[in-house]
Amino acid sequence: MRKLALSDEILLTIEKPARYIGNEVNAVMKDKNAVDVSFVMCFPDVYEIGMSHLGIQILYDMFNRREDVYCDRVYSPWTDLDKIMREKDIPLFAVESQEPVKSFDFLGITIQYEMCYTNILQILDLSKIPLLSKDRTEEDPFVIGGGPCTYNPEPIADFFDLFYIGEGETQYYALIDLYKEHKKSGGCRKEFLEKAAELPGIYVPSFYETEYNEDGTIRRFYKTNPHAKDTIVKELVMDMTDTYYPEKPVVPYIKATQDRVVLEIQRGCIRGCRFCQAGMIYRPVRERKLEMLKERARTMLKNTGHEEISLSSLSSSDYSELKELVTFLIDEFKDQKINISLPSLRIDAFSLDVMSKVQDIRKSSLTFAPEAGSQRLRDVINKGLTEEVILNGAGMAFEGGWNRVKLYFMLGLPTETEEDIKGIAELSDKIARRYYEIPKDQRNGKVQIVASSSFFVPKPFTPFQWAKMCTKEEFLDRARIVNHACREQLNHKSIKYNWHEADVTVLEGVLARGDRRIAPVILKAYEKGCLYDAWSETFHNDLWMEAFEECSVDIAFYNNRERDVDEILPWDFIDTGVTKEFLKREWKNAKEEKVTPNCRQRCSGCGVMRFEGGICIENKN
Amino acid sequence: MKIRIKFRKYGVLKFIGHLDVMRYFQKALRRAEVDISFSGGFSPHPIMSFAAPLGVGLTSDGEYLDIEVNSTDSSKEMVKRLNAVMVEGMEIISYRKLPDKMKSAMSQVAAADYLLSFREGYEPQNWSEWVEAWERFLAQPSMVVWKKTKKSEQEVDIRPMVYQIGLNGQTIAMRVATGSAQNLKPEFLMEAFYQFAGMEWSSFTFQVHRVETYMEGEDGFVSLEEAGTVIEMD
Repeated sequence: MRKLALSDEILLTIEKPARYIGNEVNAVMKDKNAVDVSFVMCFPDVYEIGMSHLGIQILYDMFNRREDVYCDRVYSPWTDLDKIMREKDIPLFAVESQEPVKSFDFLGITIQYEMCYTNILQILDLSKIPLLSKDRTEEDPFVIGGGPCTYNPEPIADFFDLFYIGEGETQYYALIDLYKEHKKSGGCRKEFLEKAAELPGIYVPSFYETEYNEDGTIRRFYKTNPHAKDTIVKELVMDMTDTYYPEKPVVPYIKATQDRVVLEIQRGCIRGCRFCQAGMIYRPVRERKLEMLKERARTMLKNTGHEEISLSSLSSSDYSELKELVTFLIDEFKDQKINISLPSLRIDAFSLDVMSKVQDIRKSSLTFAPEAGSQRLRDVINKGLTEEVILNGAGMAFEGGWNRVKLYFMLGLPTETEEDIKGIAELSDKIARRYYEIPKDQRNGKVQIVASSSFFVPKPFTPFQWAKMCTKEEFLDRARIVNHACREQLNHKSIKYNWHEADVTVLEGVLARGDRRIAPVILKAYEKGCLYDAWSETFHNDLWMEAFEECSVDIAFYNNRERDVDEILPWDFIDTGVTKEFLKREWKNAKEEKVTPNCRQRCSGCGVMRFEGGICIENKN
Repeated sequence: MKIRIKFRKYGVLKFIGHLDVMRYFQKALRRAEVDISFSGGFSPHPIMSFAAPLGVGLTSDGEYLDIEVNSTDSSKEMVKRLNAVMVEGMEIISYRKLPDKMKSAMSQVAAADYLLSFREGYEPQNWSEWVEAWERFLAQPSMVVWKKTKKSEQEVDIRPMVYQIGLNGQTIAMRVATGSAQNLKPEFLMEAFYQFAGMEWSSFTFQVHRVETYMEGEDGFVSLEEAGTVIEMD
């Protein structure tokens, strides 16, 4: 039997010991010493979040298909165990093999949101791997980062040996082969990094340097090693059907956030909302074939025993064979009492019909994401949802028996005026009024409208990457305007308004668009005790502010100025396929309140056509 | 059709709590394609109930769960099918048909056997003194202790809940009352003993292993498994 890294005393003292014991259904057990390459995959947040991530499940399955590779997993120890591990000097271990993370060849960290950066340092620290790449020796694993945040890897560049820019399915086997060869020939750490730097999609930050102007902007970003590439083109899978996708995902014992089979139906989004990073970096839209999805739905449900299946994509309604797929799922699995969960569906006659079949109308609510309160501002952000569409959709739903609506907005969008802000309250009220147009005897009680707003954070590789972000005070003022306006509405009793924390948004802004000068701040914040910053109960804004102060880093420089379109941005060396010219054009269109059609309506020449796949070639046929 | 399943829980699975064991079985029964019956209503759930929840940290050779199925294969086949979808740490021992009017395992449970062994580092320093105190403890006609309930704390005599008890080397074997009518946790008894003997108690002192779970039979206790019959098929 496996020996656990933690004693019974520890495991029976901490919360949810199942987070640390591995051995889950479908977990792959191999002898780490009998394979050529060992890889430990990390999601730097608590187990229940990490286990819900599809990307890791895909790569875990893909790696373990190879007999010469063992892929294990590790997650952030929760604060209770973190404390014990430090007190008792227990090194961080991977969950299946229970072996120290440091004993693996690679530590791969998926970086899904900026607020996990201190958790990355915790993983390294507890593993006894030097926090800075430059301090690592032959004894240490190669630390490789991937995921959406690596589209601006610069704030965390000092902590990583390599980054994999783009979708993992394409180059990891080549990287592993390269490492195998390297291990045989017995070269040093730097030699491997040089070879890896030549692989498509691989970025080795230590082979580059940045020079700054006196005003703090970047003068020059350049490579210092001949093996390094000038630009890193993102990797992407062109055939989404004939590719890696797990048949036996790992099923945790404790309830994970995503306690269901996840069927990723497509990647990318046709919509082109100007604030949305995912909508830009995952271009072009690539669909999986219906037959593959049907087959995977069957095998994954059978192999996991999950009682629910969920479709995953940025905008499921845009999947061209959605009707066929949803009808299949309902017909095939209804008798087995499998729940079907359909997030990100646009509200229309079809989706309402489907929803009434798969959910209890009395318990479910309608979700709209207008993102902005006025049509003017929705045109600025290129959110194609009109008031008419929302009111028609809501009306149809109300007539079908629904009486709860959730609305999602952003505050602090570029060009936003007080009128736009108040529009949030007014739109909420119009929806309520639409409800009360239904004769009283046909209504289902009172309507409940919950409007929520988050604060807008400009992200790299979006048309808003140059935008000025609001300060904390500006954000909160805007939320107060909405809150006040909601109370002035006719149906104010039916409207509930919630808004997001502003402190954490400010920080997210700096981490999202920062450069290499942010790394010391992250390090300092971590040393001061910052950890689990994405969790409101463990987020310490005061410590972060001290760290900025002590490192003499000015938040306003990163957040509160509009960047010139000719300014060199920290992430300019990455090529997502979407050209800078397109982003500039879109930034201009935004300011002129001009809408850009979606990819299915007309190609807008964003540049990803050169990948010769997905919707870009569909349209030509 | 009512089915009683007996299983073992061992190894690292001892860290999985009762609610998660329920979730585990819901999914395992689906993986094994057991034709389980569902409750009615808008969110139907599989009909299953467990005999006596096992605390986190305990292992067992005698756990039971009752389910209802619409159709079934032979016991032998079902055990095989279920074991094919188990993880290390869960093993199906038997799968038997219950008479239709049989009470649920939970309401039948009356007693359980346990083995307690010292965890490393918690062995008594002086074994003969330990044994001497142990004999004095057991010789008492009654063992009155404060027992916390959800609402209050009250004095109870736990002696009548101890049906059999003895030492086998440094392992303690006991049969104690279990179930909704009367329930004595082995750790609770041992804590009472450590207090009686003036020894320092830690909840980690013993690794507790449940050996079997019983119901009342015609002549004393019989295992819950006995209520069912093996399903044979041609």
